[in-house]
Amino acid sequence: MKFSVSDTPIDVAAARLAVTDNHCGALVVFEGWIRDHNEGQEVERLEYEVYRPVAIKEGAKIIDEALDRFEVTHAMCIHREGLLELGDCAVIVCVSSAHRGAAFDACRYIIDQTKTRLPIWKKEHYVTGVSEWVNCEQCAAAGHSHGDHQHE
Amino acid sequence: MKVQVRYFALFREQTGCASEPVNWSGGTAAKLFQMMAEKHPALQNQAAALVAINDEMSDWETILNEGDEVLFFPPVAGG
Repeated sequence: MKFSVSDTPIDVAAARLAVTDNHCGALVVFEGWIRDHNEGQEVERLEYEVYRPVAIKEGAKIIDEALDRFEVTHAMCIHREGLLELGDCAVIVCVSSAHRGAAFDACRYIIDQTKTRLPIWKKEHYVTGVSEWVNCEQCAAAGHSHGDHQHE
Repeated sequence: MKVQVRYFALFREQTGCASEPVNWSGGTAAKLFQMMAEKHPALQNQAAALVAINDEMSDWETILNEGDEVLFFPPVAGG
């Protein structure tokens, strides 16, 4: 499956293997990890909510778009759901291609689109005991759409 | 016209419900959102939200049909 959602830890080695191909000289992997801070707050753990019926369909479209737009051979993405601890891998994107340039571009495209188009939400649990949903502060402040800027 | 509205993540907490049936005069998804925001004043920021209809991503100007399931997604934050 090109795009999938997992409620168990991501097997990074297996994900890499899924795009391995003797025709490909480049493999680009992006891993998103749970970090211990966000916007001045100390983060203890993170909780992902995913609406699978739409996320899986839209995620597959993103992969297909990347395969169409860039000269890459294979691409895949796995996103976690549920409660994650610091250092856990929340998302992985693997892209293989004959040459590295296209693989870098496709990998960037897939993670950027995944962050802005899929029905996936995260709730940060802080060391203070408080928790809150993370949203795009730029969007909330300006009331504009996601197409207007990049998310990092 | 009857439709079913579903709320996710922040929207579910703001409205206090995951799903509710709505009987209304009909119109666009944006109009339905505005109507629901009047019922649930905490519901806002439609411009940064996304909408799906019957499990397909859609846009706010789509005219709803009888029996549609309308999904209101608050600003997403994958990755």
